[in-house]
Amino acid sequence: MAEHDEAGHSRLRRQILMGMAAAPLAGLLPKTAFAQAPATSAVNTTGLAVTDTEVTVGILHSATGTMAISETGSIQAEKLAIEQINAMGGVLGRKIKFIQEDGASDWPTFAEKAKKLLVQDKVAAIMGCWTSASRKAVLPVIEQYNGMLYYPTFYEGLEQSKNVIYTGQEATQQILESLNWVVKEKGAKTFYFIGSDYIWPRTSNKIARKHIENFMKGTKVVGEEYFPLGHTQFNSVINKLKLTKPDVIFTDVVGGSNVAFYKQLKAAGINLDKQILMTISVTEDEIDGIGGENIAGAYSCMKYFQSLDNPNNKEFVAAFKKMWGEKTVIGDVTQAAYLGPWLWKMTVEKAGSFDVDKIAAASDGIEFTKAPEGYVKIHANHHLWSKTRVGLAQKDGQFKVVYESPDLIEPNPFPKGYQ
Amino acid sequence: MKTAPSYMDRKDLLALAVVAALLLVVFPLALDGFRLNLVGKYLTYAFVAVGLVMCWGYGGILSLGQGLFFGLGGYGMAMYLKLEASSVENTKIQSTPGIPDFMDWNQLTSLPWFWEPFHYFIPTLFLIVLVPVAFALLIGSAMFKRRVSGVYFAIITQALAAIATILIIGQQGYTGGVNGITDLRTLMGWDIRTDSAKFVLYFVNAVLLIGVVCCAMFVRDSKLGRILVAMREKEDRVRFSGYSVANFQIFVFCLGAAFAAIGGAMFTLQVGFMSPSLVGIVPSIEMVIFCAVGGRLSIFGAIYGTLLVNYAKTSLSESFPELWLLGLGGLFIAVVLFFPNGLAGIWRDYVQPSIDRVFKLRSKDPTDPGHDVAKAAAAAAE
Repeated sequence: MAEHDEAGHSRLRRQILMGMAAAPLAGLLPKTAFAQAPATSAVNTTGLAVTDTEVTVGILHSATGTMAISETGSIQAEKLAIEQINAMGGVLGRKIKFIQEDGASDWPTFAEKAKKLLVQDKVAAIMGCWTSASRKAVLPVIEQYNGMLYYPTFYEGLEQSKNVIYTGQEATQQILESLNWVVKEKGAKTFYFIGSDYIWPRTSNKIARKHIENFMKGTKVVGEEYFPLGHTQFNSVINKLKLTKPDVIFTDVVGGSNVAFYKQLKAAGINLDKQILMTISVTEDEIDGIGGENIAGAYSCMKYFQSLDNPNNKEFVAAFKKMWGEKTVIGDVTQAAYLGPWLWKMTVEKAGSFDVDKIAAASDGIEFTKAPEGYVKIHANHHLWSKTRVGLAQKDGQFKVVYESPDLIEPNPFPKGYQ
Repeated sequence: MKTAPSYMDRKDLLALAVVAALLLVVFPLALDGFRLNLVGKYLTYAFVAVGLVMCWGYGGILSLGQGLFFGLGGYGMAMYLKLEASSVENTKIQSTPGIPDFMDWNQLTSLPWFWEPFHYFIPTLFLIVLVPVAFALLIGSAMFKRRVSGVYFAIITQALAAIATILIIGQQGYTGGVNGITDLRTLMGWDIRTDSAKFVLYFVNAVLLIGVVCCAMFVRDSKLGRILVAMREKEDRVRFSGYSVANFQIFVFCLGAAFAAIGGAMFTLQVGFMSPSLVGIVPSIEMVIFCAVGGRLSIFGAIYGTLLVNYAKTSLSESFPELWLLGLGGLFIAVVLFFPNGLAGIWRDYVQPSIDRVFKLRSKDPTDPGHDVAKAAAAAAE
């Protein structure tokens, strides 16, 4: 279970201390970090698993089943963040201990494990979930037992909870700026939507369609198609693409279907250097499966790419690879998962308490200046202010950032005019 | 095979008393609220396993699609609860208040016709059982009348479970899609999320399960049950004796479907949501495994098998989040290789003879053991 590798631990600590010497990290250190830790009775009035030296949190992702390939990165990022926080003295003078549970890609199991973490282990917070379905299964449990969930995945919006901090982007944050960019920079007029058939692609495409039809002049959607999860035959839609010749193919195909989709596009002679393809579902993790040579030339809209050129990210990538191996790649969600423990730590320190009610109330306005994506801030609606970026896929599986929104974009999970 | 002369003999009564004591007294006293709710969830699968003992163990019909019936029952209950949770007041931020949230996200502006009956509780209760039974009747008539049986039947039922999943996921405006029907709150104003409600629901579930077990024993020990066994052993001989084999097969298949549907409805009530991940091929096969581990000829074995496998699943996955599936796989292989008759077989071959020697009890029915696996399973289960 949650065992810490002592050697790795001190190695990490050394490395972080070195990092601190290089870049003046000291300003980030909470003032209380090395001060006397406050009494447990004062910071924990609701019976959470907090002792004088330790605080327990839960990690709840799929380590097995079809989602394991996606969620492993999140587990790794959360463990890295926890190690780093512990190396800096922990939270309110307490080391973070984690209990990992396996959601097994099965939604009832997620609900069961969330309940176990809250009721039996009394964890102070849960870092977890990935798919919308798992979040929907866990949400009533979290609300009933008043837990705190840090949810990392970009998702469809239409949700807001006192008990959840959404560290990924909701649909409007991911989509609108990118559409503006492709219309303005590339002169795109016509769009063809292709998605997997479930709530996230459908909602995202609905928002994209409304934006294209109502908020931009002279642009239109010429086709919209959905395929079941795991679908691998895209020839019919590729033929339609050849007939309609849209300026932009806009896709939110997820998981293993991506591999088939991009290979078949290439085989059908659609050259992504000439045909604009925009995806909101492919990160570095997916390219690992698709193969860089099959997707080079496509544009992806995310808030984070591993190639981001800033000091925070360089440190993060180096620490991640040191802990999990040179060959690991870091996608958008992995970075968002890394934010979870840090945001929780800073909120606890601002609130001066582990109590969930106080954390929920103190979350608004929490800033993380060392975020690998640059800078993030929690909005009153418990989503993050963050930037939108467009990356151009390269043959080596990385993205070249071609556009970055000038300002942070306000999260808007219930967008008016888009429903 | 020698069957007991009346509907319940002394051994059956003893076994029933042990199960009842375990479910109604031992578990509630020994387990905290969270674990008791988990046991309640496992017991909903036991409904399916008991149905499979009747279909597969006695009738010789292996269905790999019981998840379909479990799902129909569960969705029926979920639709009722979702409508109750989607009052106009609760859903006023939607474009169309008063319909379930997922319909609103999918641009539906009115409630589909087949959701209408689920506004009312009594019709819902009937539909929970009747819809799956009607499906079973349809499937059964289509296949048994044409003498489709054995492995072909198993494959077709498996395909049906797969089709049901695809349909549910594809029609997400009507069904909630991959997410399922979530965020269920009250049953006729009674909050089912509270610990006290979970406690009450556990007992309702346990009593229903005991009722289902009695019903299964009644069928097993009736003349009907003997015809089922005869059919399993030599279908043609029964047919030549003038019985309509297909009708008996349809009956037992419908019975299994009804049991599964009750389990599904209780699952929704206790877990608080229903999703297509409980309908498809994997859960359907898992339920066959519960039944096989218990011993497919033992009604009581099915309950212990379900409890044991699920307990192993939960505890292994809590202790070894990355390796537990391997351990579980090993367990199944061991059971199939070394104990082909499951827990009931272990009981019959090893435990009962020594007890008999001590108490000099005469075994009246050597083919239906599984009785007091209670102690063995209970020891394993906590």
